[in-house]
Amino acid sequence: MTTLPTHTEKKLGLVIDLDTCVGCHACVISCKGWNTENYGAPLSDQNAYGADNSGTFLNRVHSFEVQPAGEVAAQLVHFPKSCLHCEDAPCVTVCPTGASYKRVEDGIVLVNESDCIGCGLCAWACPYGARELDQAAGVMKKCTLCVDRIYNENLPEEDRQPACVRTCPSNARHFGDLGDPDSAVSQLVAERGGMDLMPEQATRPVNKYLPPRPKDTLSDAGPEFDVLAPFLAPVAQESKGFLAWLDKTLEKL
Amino acid sequence: MHPAPSVIFFTTFSGLGFGLLAWLGFGYPAVTGWTAFVFFVIAYAMAVGGLLASTFHLGRPERAIKAFSQWRSSWLSREAWCAVGALVVMGLYGAGLVFLGTRFAALGILGALLSMATVFTTSMIYTQLKTIPRWNMPITPIKFLSLSIAGGALMSGQVMAALVLLLVAGGVQLITWTMGDKAFNASGTNMATATGLGSIGKVRAFEPPHTGTNYLLREFVHVVGRKHATKLRVISMILMVVVPVVLLALPFSHWLALMAVISHVTGVLTARWLFFAEAEHVVGLYYGKR
Repeated sequence: MTTLPTHTEKKLGLVIDLDTCVGCHACVISCKGWNTENYGAPLSDQNAYGADNSGTFLNRVHSFEVQPAGEVAAQLVHFPKSCLHCEDAPCVTVCPTGASYKRVEDGIVLVNESDCIGCGLCAWACPYGARELDQAAGVMKKCTLCVDRIYNENLPEEDRQPACVRTCPSNARHFGDLGDPDSAVSQLVAERGGMDLMPEQATRPVNKYLPPRPKDTLSDAGPEFDVLAPFLAPVAQESKGFLAWLDKTLEKL
Repeated sequence: MHPAPSVIFFTTFSGLGFGLLAWLGFGYPAVTGWTAFVFFVIAYAMAVGGLLASTFHLGRPERAIKAFSQWRSSWLSREAWCAVGALVVMGLYGAGLVFLGTRFAALGILGALLSMATVFTTSMIYTQLKTIPRWNMPITPIKFLSLSIAGGALMSGQVMAALVLLLVAGGVQLITWTMGDKAFNASGTNMATATGLGSIGKVRAFEPPHTGTNYLLREFVHVVGRKHATKLRVISMILMVVVPVVLLALPFSHWLALMAVISHVTGVLTARWLFFAEAEHVVGLYYGKR
């Protein structure tokens, strides 16, 4: 049934740190790699080497510029976005076939591809753009939280986490049970003021985003002191030769 | 939203077809035999043709039967049930009229109600989406139903009823446009809430995830439609309501009635194109577009 469970035993999800993400897109590539090579329909590309290429991705990194009020420098925030595994997932209840469901045991939102008719309504219902209809397979693809890694006993223990988390070089992505207040991810959310995206859409996302830490300003750092400046003083103050003549002549004009 | 021809044809013609079936179910016009046959063929051609058109936008149409399973939660599934129910009941009722010359009134009323329920469930597929504030309004089902009933009156040759109901449907459409224009801003979803960065300062989309396009942008971000929205509203209103009403007010002739129907259908198609083309999905905010 595509009704939502009233309660899930765990709330597995991601915590994404907007302060430390450097926007390298490694998570995008590792996600596409794992989810193309393993379970279900591969994430296809259309016209991959042509001018108007596009393809299916379960994780995309946006970049936003934030301009604080006053004479302060703008900040650039890299913003990875994938399925938020919402507690009130609107994508699940709209599904006419029962292909979309939310798991009772861990709260992961999944698509049973053999039941999906590719009507696209779940993608319409998702405010985050987390679902994409694969143009080759004709079925809906979405983040599985790497359900085929996190419980996979054939993998070394350190690899039993989503591909995006495992690959992130700046440790901006964290995986765990957000339903357990004592888990490392829940502690992180509490400490850093983790937030929901589009709370007014009432989807109750499990994934949380950690806001960028406040930036210091140049005036906070005290008077500027550059150790190299004395060694880099210009040695030739006056120009010579043709350029000097040209400079003088033009000045006189 | 991408104005896909399959969905525009589906909603327009199934709306008209089920509207006509509803009038036939209530016994307007009270036809039997061959005349009834012609009316039912027209109604079924539009209703079934519309439903078939809707399967063209499916990624895996061969599995469409599975869409009947989730009627407890899904409006799309409920629509499938109502459509099949209406077509079966109205088929039996129509057979009685055509072959037996008998009107089974209870069957007709049940079929009419199921036909209206089909139009209602179709409209709820759009109305339920909080992600598209222009559709997420209680007036959306009223708009679909009023248009379907007015179109059905026009198709079934109920001149006086069609005159009044077309004006009502036109009025509802005008209110829908006016309310819809304010819906996105009133929804409270904007770039600040989408990114959660609004507390720091003004948020601007700096760089999209890819240099090329993607499924989300093709499906949800359709800027071209809104450019000519006002002109298209005027054109659709003239074709959908004004021309048919003027033609119906003239002394009745079958040619004028046919012209009224053609004008109305063209107008509804135009309005339905705009219904999709000018609807803004909140996911566009992540791309700095609407």
